[in-house]
Amino acid sequence: MTPPLLTVSDLVVQYHRSGAPPVRAVAGVSLDVGPGEVVGLVGESGCGKSTLARAVCGLTAPAEGRIDFDGTPVRPLGVRRRDPALTRVQMVFQDPYGSLNPRRQIGAQIADGIRTAAERGEKADGATPQQYLTRVGLPESAAGRYPHEFSGGQRQRIAIARALAARPRLLVGDEPISALDASAQAQVATLMRSLAVESGAGLLFISHDLSVVRLIADRIAVMYLGRIVETGPTAEVWDAPRHPYTKALLAAVPRADGAGVLPTELPGDVPDPAAPPGGCRFHPRCPVAFDGCDREEPQLIAGGVACRLYAA
Amino acid sequence: MSALEITGLTVDLPSGGQILHGVDLVVEAGQIHGLAGESGSGKTMTGLAALGLLPRGARTGGRIMLEDAPADLLALSPKELNSLRGKAISMVFQDPSTSLHPMLSIGRQLTDHLRHHLRLDRKTARARAVELLTQVRIPNPEAALGRYPHQFSGGMRQRIAIAVALACDPKVLIADEPTTALDVTVQAGVLRLLRRLCDELGLAVLLVTHDLGVMSALADTVSVMRHGRVVETGPRTRVLTAPEHEYTRALLDALPDHTPTGPVDSPRSTS
Repeated sequence: MTPPLLTVSDLVVQYHRSGAPPVRAVAGVSLDVGPGEVVGLVGESGCGKSTLARAVCGLTAPAEGRIDFDGTPVRPLGVRRRDPALTRVQMVFQDPYGSLNPRRQIGAQIADGIRTAAERGEKADGATPQQYLTRVGLPESAAGRYPHEFSGGQRQRIAIARALAARPRLLVGDEPISALDASAQAQVATLMRSLAVESGAGLLFISHDLSVVRLIADRIAVMYLGRIVETGPTAEVWDAPRHPYTKALLAAVPRADGAGVLPTELPGDVPDPAAPPGGCRFHPRCPVAFDGCDREEPQLIAGGVACRLYAA
Repeated sequence: MSALEITGLTVDLPSGGQILHGVDLVVEAGQIHGLAGESGSGKTMTGLAALGLLPRGARTGGRIMLEDAPADLLALSPKELNSLRGKAISMVFQDPSTSLHPMLSIGRQLTDHLRHHLRLDRKTARARAVELLTQVRIPNPEAALGRYPHQFSGGMRQRIAIAVALACDPKVLIADEPTTALDVTVQAGVLRLLRRLCDELGLAVLLVTHDLGVMSALADTVSVMRHGRVVETGPRTRVLTAPEHEYTRALLDALPDHTPTGPVDSPRSTS
């Protein structure tokens, strides 16, 4: 088996606040992404999935634990320019309106990516911005135009083209489709998958939309309040979820089957990550919590679920 | 007569030309009428037109008849419209973090229009506000009145926004993407709330959403819009399972999990 491209072990990321204890946005997460593998990370807002993505790219410094990319630790971004080795990790951000420079032509922005790859000392493959645009399904003539001339879905394609131009070995998508129209979401997500897999890169795809993640991911990791509660092959997690939280998430997705079935509500709100509940973090909302769940914190067992129901 | 009847609505914007080319919609009391379509199809504009909230300089044609209104809403003066907005017809917007005023307490936002429209005194308005917050299931409603929007989560804020919209017992509620900014688990709660309010209060709801899953869960009747026109209208089950228009079919085919039967046999209740 090939060694994983990205290894996150026992990662803790904290946000410091003045006059208050720090918030542990990511509280001990371990995760692998292999070359050519698509891992979907899902969870509600505020569960720490974006923080995890930022830490993987070196945008946020971890408090504990380590992140290794291709065998070397990821150093957080400082005031100096980014370590060239780390430009092999590229990110596609949530909001294509904010992540593209409105005053520069599309072609020039994609050329930045190509130059990044060249600066790593890699042999250029001669691909032009126009070719990258074609790969994401846009006309070559788009290179001379500006971001405001495109729709949200097209802009996200441009952002993907720019990330791919740097020839990444790992692509990180932080909610890359949530700002898009429903009709564009599935298209952009499958495009990201096929382009990443084609180039042999790993893809860490973060989304709160389970139905899209299911479509493109090889493996799913479900995050709740800073911890991964369940992980496994997509089909297994989707067809036979084990953790009560995963079950609740899946039951809450309304399906366009015309049956008029109201989705099941998960009562309560996500607790404040600054003061997580003791024991299992999910126990106050868990429909099947039993004696001891409020005291013992379950660990992620070999089967890929962190719940006392499945404790060995 | 139906609670809300939109006939041949056209809207011309000074910048964009005609963006609605004759929209016909009928919303019945106690029913949720879903309006689907991609962004730019004109579904939000249709909702805004019913409240007279179109951008400055917009020219309209057609008629919007409200059961309680004296005449065509499009022909009313701003003053007459003001007496209807928030009272006979009200709206819930997509993003509860911007539709609530960040610097006014929840109590103030819930009672201002009660006192204005219904001429309630402070005490009665406050009692009504507590009742409303209870109705939308905000825990500890008395204390919530003194708090500010930032002290609530997204789902709670949207519940409060719904309470604000319902305060004066409107006959018609226009909900523009009411759950798009929320997580699925929170969305489920808000969808259930809307369904319950509609059933209990006999509210006519025009639900604008691009999410066909939400549409399937909530709407009784579905209209699909494209390029400023309604291309298909029909009962929810018929439109979502046997669409007549090719555009509706294309929308359904674009869904990531479009399988006639749900692939998960997780417990789902119908209550």
